[in-house]
Amino acid sequence: MDLLEYKGKQVLKRYEVPLSAGAQAATVDEALAAAEAIGYPVVVKAQVKIGGRGKAGGIKLAADADAVREHAGAILGMDIRGHAVHELWIEQATDIASEYYAAVVFDRSAKAPLVMLSTQGGMDIEQVAAERPDALATLHVDPLVGFQPFHGRRLAFEAGVDADVVRPVGAMLATLYAAFEGEDATLVEINPLVITPDRRVIALDAKVTLDDNAAFRHPHHAELDDASGADPQERMAAERGLTYVKLDGDIGIFGNGAGLVMSTLDVVAHAGGAPANFLDAGGGAKAEAIAASVEVILSNPNVRAVLFNVFGGITRCDEVARGIVDAYALLQPTVPFVVRLDGTNDVQARQLLADADLPNVHAEATMDGAAARVVELARAGSGSGSAGSSA
Amino acid sequence: MSILVGDDTRLVVTGLTGREGSYHTLNNRRYGTNVVAGVTPGKGGQDVEGIPVFNTIRAAVAATGANTAMIFVPARFAADSILEAEDAGIATIIAITEGIPAHDELKVFNVLQRNPDVRLVGPNCPGVLSPGKANVGIIPAQFFKPGNVGVVSRSGTLTYQIGNELARSGFGNSSIVGIGGDPVPGSSFVDIIALFEADPETELIVMSGEIGGSAEEEAATYIAEHVSKPVVGYIAGLTAPPGKTMGHAGAIVSGSSGGGQAKIDALEAVGVRVGRTPTQVAQIAMEILGT
Repeated sequence: MDLLEYKGKQVLKRYEVPLSAGAQAATVDEALAAAEAIGYPVVVKAQVKIGGRGKAGGIKLAADADAVREHAGAILGMDIRGHAVHELWIEQATDIASEYYAAVVFDRSAKAPLVMLSTQGGMDIEQVAAERPDALATLHVDPLVGFQPFHGRRLAFEAGVDADVVRPVGAMLATLYAAFEGEDATLVEINPLVITPDRRVIALDAKVTLDDNAAFRHPHHAELDDASGADPQERMAAERGLTYVKLDGDIGIFGNGAGLVMSTLDVVAHAGGAPANFLDAGGGAKAEAIAASVEVILSNPNVRAVLFNVFGGITRCDEVARGIVDAYALLQPTVPFVVRLDGTNDVQARQLLADADLPNVHAEATMDGAAARVVELARAGSGSGSAGSSA
Repeated sequence: MSILVGDDTRLVVTGLTGREGSYHTLNNRRYGTNVVAGVTPGKGGQDVEGIPVFNTIRAAVAATGANTAMIFVPARFAADSILEAEDAGIATIIAITEGIPAHDELKVFNVLQRNPDVRLVGPNCPGVLSPGKANVGIIPAQFFKPGNVGVVSRSGTLTYQIGNELARSGFGNSSIVGIGGDPVPGSSFVDIIALFEADPETELIVMSGEIGGSAEEEAATYIAEHVSKPVVGYIAGLTAPPGKTMGHAGAIVSGSSGGGQAKIDALEAVGVRVGRTPTQVAQIAMEILGT
């Protein structure tokens, strides 16, 4: 789960990461009240889960109430690269002497947390790493040992931070690591981490990603999720416990097993089509679960055809076929279905579908054949209103 | 021969008394796997259809000589269960459990790394099948028969798909190994490919990867230097959008890392033929082995 800046800061605050005072606001009036309480000048910041907010006009300095009114009004409802702004973070303005970068990331390849520090803050860190690798100090921490004070000193000296802030920057890194470990985060990134003219160290931005698998030991994480920004189909799928990712195309996809579903998306693209979603119905999908999945897929208005690609291991293909027949009766789809079932009880499944004799449901024997068929049907459907006939 | 599980496997199952655990364990036993014990704290002395249950893995090992553990307990207990198996002297630990926190996996990996005698496969994997000998996990064994193709994969259903296409064309498998879809798997492609390289029965290796991480690139480097047997590859998720987790916790393209095309390029650069669809993978394997 990726957190909005202000929710990330809520998490970091519990670990005593130094932050500027701020408050959340969802309306211009709330923004104004927050600014009055904090004291001018303030910064009005769009809360969206995407970088480049400043360049897009989503971060503005406001010296007085009129400026807050103007900027909050302009930023709320703004679209920043596809992300609508529903919330603002009103923060006390901070004077900046230097901008640094700090992060703790989950390094899968090294099987260890990676702590990074650079004096080149405010920039894209991948660019810094590529162009000036010497400006980025990095250190892998043994997760069984944890972050030690010498780690902080080493990073601070190697990154070349100003001598008078070596100690507080090291201490800041220790708090970030504590949050990373304590909250089961997979990313804690501060860009920029600023040094003020009076030599304080402050986390001016926060990008925090939490591990959904660890939610059971952090009940408060549920409150950090924000459904407001989520896509309607993704929200509907999440409520039904389905693994669903919305995509840009027009071919609905139903499959079982993450690898097979990913492969199905690729095979459809290979056949010239564009998938509308990733949906993994998981192992042992029962008839009700299938109907629930199909409902989510069809609720996306872009969908012009649906491909069912199932390999029955634990899942029985005849169960899936029955689920498709039930879902068809329940939802009365207007778009064609292409069904490819292989594995446990596949013969009975194909017979079941043949007996049901549903209009606009096409059985295919192979994955490649099914992909070609669904692409053809989606194209036919996008032309006139009439669906393709079965060959 | 085969790798990881076989005729000498003596299996202890944690989570045996759960619904899923007992269902799949009994399936494994019906296949011919030598299941010697189960472990559920507080249920020691009971049995599940004749399989004795112990309170600790240590007690199960002492009484039965178990050398392989299958982890079937819920995610919140799984890391503890894996560490208990290691502590009890189990050599091969196969963790089926899905949804283990990434930080738990990190700790487990770093503990096990200090013990050269133990191998963890998974978590979040379908297990290991050596056709005709033993099945540990949830792989539907009816689709596979003994043969000379070793398969290693991050995905269950995709493995069955590729394996089934090979089987229809008359090929069998030495072993099928699911290494799982999590960010920190206990065994990597490199670990399993090394075992297949050393296994006299395996003549061709199929590796099925997916987006996320760099395990496929690391495998490519290893294959170039250490593998004499032909390897056929597949990578799922080429068209997945960046920043989205595609079902498996580990299947995500983040920034410039983890993309599918880079994995294909790395494999092809060292002579691995990569199929663009699962069907193509089976076709390439058949070409190499000669039909």
